[in-house]
Amino acid sequence: MIGSGPAPVELAGMSLAGPVLVAAGCGGTGPELAPYLPDEGLAVLGGFVTRSITLNPRAGDHRPLVVETPSGLLHAAGLPSPGLEPFLATELPWLARSGTRVVVSITGSTLGEHAELARRLGRAPGLSAIEVPVSGEPFHAASLVSAVARDLPRGVPVLAKIRPDLLRVVETARAVLDAGAGAVVVGDALPAALPDGRPAGLSGPAIRPVALRCVTEVRAALPDAPVVGGGGIMTADDARSFLAAGAVAVQVGTALLHDPTTAAHLAAELASTRPAPQEDTAP
Amino acid sequence: MTVHVTGEVLDSRRVGAYRHLTIVAPGVPERFRPGTVLAVTPADSAHLARRPYWIHRVRTVGGYGAAVQLVVDPTGAGGSWLAGLPVGARLPVTGPLGRPFALPKEPVSCVLVGEEWAAAPLFPLAERLRERGCSVTLVVAARDEAHLLSALEARRSARAVSVVTEDGSVGIRGRAADVLADTLVRAGAEVVYAAGRVDTLHAAAAAAEQHGAWSQTAVAVPQPCSTGLCRGCPLPVVGEDGVARDVRACTEGPVVRGDRVRWGELS
Repeated sequence: MIGSGPAPVELAGMSLAGPVLVAAGCGGTGPELAPYLPDEGLAVLGGFVTRSITLNPRAGDHRPLVVETPSGLLHAAGLPSPGLEPFLATELPWLARSGTRVVVSITGSTLGEHAELARRLGRAPGLSAIEVPVSGEPFHAASLVSAVARDLPRGVPVLAKIRPDLLRVVETARAVLDAGAGAVVVGDALPAALPDGRPAGLSGPAIRPVALRCVTEVRAALPDAPVVGGGGIMTADDARSFLAAGAVAVQVGTALLHDPTTAAHLAAELASTRPAPQEDTAP
Repeated sequence: MTVHVTGEVLDSRRVGAYRHLTIVAPGVPERFRPGTVLAVTPADSAHLARRPYWIHRVRTVGGYGAAVQLVVDPTGAGGSWLAGLPVGARLPVTGPLGRPFALPKEPVSCVLVGEEWAAAPLFPLAERLRERGCSVTLVVAARDEAHLLSALEARRSARAVSVVTEDGSVGIRGRAADVLADTLVRAGAEVVYAAGRVDTLHAAAAAAEQHGAWSQTAVAVPQPCSTGLCRGCPLPVVGEDGVARDVRACTEGPVVRGDRVRWGELS
């Protein structure tokens, strides 16, 4: 029934208001997205993942950081971070009052930096979970997750974000779940390069079929694994494909840059009870 | 306050090298201030980045109320798509976005420097300044006559207009930067408003500084989302506190004080 509101979703011990989360780095600091949501604001979402926060402030690059490519966007490394203290003082309090689940994405260059971020964020009011992007190398990914999980209070899960690399995604998912991750997020950007050769990540509809395959494989190998799917989701039918493949929730990112109302549309449409899409038979 | 609505192309006409598109976008005209943009989205998932366009004019169209007019350079994937839209086409639009030109409180002398399509926001600015009793001197520049926005129209709101083209096809031969110093002195400028290429903005900011005037520059860097979500449009500035930082061109700009921009890092 349309308008009945989304059914709550259980993820890693958390109850989410719905299955749609905003992906890291794609929702600004939160207030920028609010004008494009209904009156309830971010509360209509299953959760909001922040941009990746580093321990110390990190200046960005001044050259183009986000470049369009057919059906995708390339994001250069070197996106800025305010550092932990300014984030705790300004951005987190706003998000905590927004009524949505706040998932803070963290990144650092050492295990120690990750651990310190987890320690200091874990008890911050309003935080629901930590998301940490991990490398595709299973041992390294597991070490990172256990370093983050070790110092978090009970009830604050770690979501390990894995890039949709079919060769390693199952092995990495198993490793991070064994290391204490509460869920895996399958759908980080794929490694790519900008036209000038700088390293970048590719996101958007270009990677959707790849990400969907990875979600399918992870669920086939690990049927009980809590999986959040993402990668180029633009429409409710795209999201339903990921849910049908076994994801309990989805993240929407690049689509918000194309159309900031996408999160609101998806949340509303998924609240209706349409079946999963049939295979597209269009010519 | 910004709205995201479905717009409709009411009129599309070729003017020189550009197309002037009139779009009905309910809620945008009444919130418009010169320097703000309308972000458009190609309605497909092949082209994902938003395209910000300075609003050139707000005009009333019989039966439709107020509509906004954009100047579209029909090159590149976004420009050719937008320029090719037929009358009646519907498209999602978001606006007005960004920080507008700051207007002086006193009726002072203002010099407005615009280059090619980027001069678009200066025309409504000139009108607002004149309404406040400011004396407006306009410099419009382009590579050639075809890429020049109509100075004829500008003469209505400006006390003096200078036309500069690189090929000398009309007006003075050269670049906008060449005539700045003289123009500022002649006009006794207290505020300089500039919109154009980065090197022209830099020159305008420097000339203003030298002359002891304030400058407001409209910086046209690509804005992948135009709404502050992605941080893909970093603008290197020096904050009020003297600390160098990057701000988002789409939310803290696109109009910023010229003396605050670290121009060397933008080129």
